Amino acid sequence: MTFEPKIVGILCNWCSYTGADLAGTSRKKYAPNVRIVRVMCSGRVEPTFVIKAFERGADGVLICGCHIGDCHYQDGNKKTARRMPLLKKMLSQFGIEDERVRLEWVSASEGDRFAAIVNEMTEQVRKLGPFKSNGGAANG
Amino acid sequence: MAPKIGVYICHCGSNIAGIVDCSKVSDFARALPNVAVARDYKYMCSDPGQNLIKDDIKKLGLNRVVVASCSPRMHEPTFRRACQDAGLNQYLFEMANIREQCSWVHTDKEMATEKAKALVAAAVKRVALHEPLETKEVSMNANTLVIGGGVAGIQAALEIADSGHKVYLLEKDASIGGHMAMFDKTFPTLDCAACILTPKMTTVGQHRNIELLANSEITELSGYVGNFKAKIKKKARYIDMVKCTGCGRCSELCPTSIPNEFDCGLGKRKAIYIPSPYAVPNKAIIDAKNCRHLKGKAEGKADVCRLCQKGIPNRNQPGCEAEAIDFNQQDEIVEIEIGNIIVATGFQQFDPTKIYQLGYGRLNNVFTGLEFERLTNASGPTNGKVLLKDGSEPKAVAILHCIGSRDTNYHKYCSRVCCMYSLKFAHLLREKLPDTAVYQLYIDMRCAGSGYEEFYERLQEEGVNFIRGKAGEVTDLTETPEEKGKLVVMVEDTLVRRKRRLPVDMVILSCALEPRPDTEQLARILTLSRKADGFLLEKHPKLDPVATTTDGIYIVGACQSPKDIPDTVAQASAAAARVLALISKGKVEIEAAIAYIDEDKCAGCKICIDMCPYKAISFDEVKKVCRVNEALCKGCGTCVAACPAGAIKGRHFTTEEIMAEIEGVMA
Repeated sequence: MTFEPKIVGILCNWCSYTGADLAGTSRKKYAPNVRIVRVMCSGRVEPTFVIKAFERGADGVLICGCHIGDCHYQDGNKKTARRMPLLKKMLSQFGIEDERVRLEWVSASEGDRFAAIVNEMTEQVRKLGPFKSNGGAANG
Repeated sequence: MAPKIGVYICHCGSNIAGIVDCSKVSDFARALPNVAVARDYKYMCSDPGQNLIKDDIKKLGLNRVVVASCSPRMHEPTFRRACQDAGLNQYLFEMANIREQCSWVHTDKEMATEKAKALVAAAVKRVALHEPLETKEVSMNANTLVIGGGVAGIQAALEIADSGHKVYLLEKDASIGGHMAMFDKTFPTLDCAACILTPKMTTVGQHRNIELLANSEITELSGYVGNFKAKIKKKARYIDMVKCTGCGRCSELCPTSIPNEFDCGLGKRKAIYIPSPYAVPNKAIIDAKNCRHLKGKAEGKADVCRLCQKGIPNRNQPGCEAEAIDFNQQDEIVEIEIGNIIVATGFQQFDPTKIYQLGYGRLNNVFTGLEFERLTNASGPTNGKVLLKDGSEPKAVAILHCIGSRDTNYHKYCSRVCCMYSLKFAHLLREKLPDTAVYQLYIDMRCAGSGYEEFYERLQEEGVNFIRGKAGEVTDLTETPEEKGKLVVMVEDTLVRRKRRLPVDMVILSCALEPRPDTEQLARILTLSRKADGFLLEKHPKLDPVATTTDGIYIVGACQSPKDIPDTVAQASAAAARVLALISKGKVEIEAAIAYIDEDKCAGCKICIDMCPYKAISFDEVKKVCRVNEALCKGCGTCVAACPAGAIKGRHFTTEEIMAEIEGVMA
């Protein structure tokens, strides 16, 4: 049986969640591996959310916000963009592969793009194999 | 009180139930902790569906509700209301999106059902932590800003102003009127565009409740529904609006002649000019890029030209006698306070020079639709005579449909109005030049609308030649004596399955309507979203077609999608009604899902103050803690994520609630 990764998607309400809804209304088919949690702004995403997801057995975390300049709250996404490299650095120290966490900008009109990102990330994480909290898949 | 949760799984007919096994999901939900009842039903949003929830709240004493159905963007307000009707605080409700983000996007029934279960589990875990919240009401500013002075903006402004409320009508150009003011006739009734529009324009100019801000742009917006503040840049007009009488003397004196935008460059205007014969405001404006004096001034030359001001004394021609010309005028920023905003910024015509093979800009006598509008207009550059560039009348005219529309190279969408205006052009040509042959080159005729199909039938009887085929090329390379001196339109006539060469004298390109290039910038200022095609995005195409995701901002007319005049006016009236409804209510509810700072935990580090995009957090110097201004906070949660002490609570999106949801989807 092929490995079906579990990915937690944390999406901002205004652009990305709406974009994901658009993928639905335009019946774009994509992998069922991402489970979406809605926040008002990607700026709300705390690093602990990502860590919590891994702790609970997620194989990947996808964070989506409005494109830079399009933030519904002016510049919340810029804060996310600045926090992510720090978080990724820390995750790499835990042995969590870079590809398991992704930050993407998806606008309300990019239903196709959202579907493509989900498919791409699902395949990527599938290749990495299941995440193990004792030091990442690579270390067994 | 222990949570007592009711879970309702919607089939949405077969929309959800076709992929997700709803009874399995409700069985699963029934076994979750704190769940008192779980049901699945055909349509939860219907009256009987909502009654299920209401009855259970009353009979079973539910204190939390979860509905798994469509997107919360669709029906969250519906179900929140149902909870409220049954006496449950609306924030004790949570929705799981198992349609847009599950059944509609997956094909594997088993996996989709598993995903739906996970989403329901997340909602159940989350809702258990929800707290009742009270929305607050703040007073509503009854002034409205309408952006764009075309027919859409004019209609909306008049409806609101007529009800006795103040409207600021913002227009980037020197006069209101928009594209419609350029038209001669309107389809399908063929009534004169100016006869419909100019009385409305004049009324706007004279209305005591309308403050017309022409030649102005919005540069900044702050606040929220009911209480917006906008910064408006009034661009220098170099004319004292009070003194100018609109006599036009200055234009007669001005020595600089340049192509007139209002006539699509087919006619001329001066550097100081009145934009059109029916301009509102009917005042002059100086085009600083072309005015000799202002250009000279910019280059440091002291006193060039100024004929408009000084006149030509030795020929006994006085300059502006009203002394209205003011070369020292500067751009001015004014701030206005408004409660609602209607965006009616319209469209721009597709630029056909991008399609080289059609010859526009290269070959004489290839015109755009708008140019032809000016050619047939009695107040246009030819006084309404359809003439070629050499002044002669065309003997044959080809009208080419779908230029830039329904074309994967440019715009995929149909521009909706081109078939009809092309038919109008054909009619006007047959009427003005009965001996001229008229060809329509179309892909499909799309004549949906009241009286539109009838107009198409009428044109078929008026001797217009309809050729089903999209023109491939317009060339002046002729092959036969009949083609000599003509433009040849090459087309595949798909009804007779033959390539044809049509020799004509005039080609009209029925160009697409596309988003204005400043739409992106405007969307950023107003925090609106755009669609993939670049037009502004409505809140919901069917449930809320004139509203946007920003409360208090509405979109009408062609800035939302290509639209004809009847639809544009209907939308404008719809948006005006929405604004008036809010004004008559007098109050707006402000979001309860905002940030709150626990003063006992706050260390006063002030990190949150820099995070907030709305300057909603201030520092209390006495208590040495930070505090949130509830009216300014919009609930983005950026400060919550940044607080190192965990002192800020993002109501309805608390860390615990989001964590519970993450645990839930992973369960």
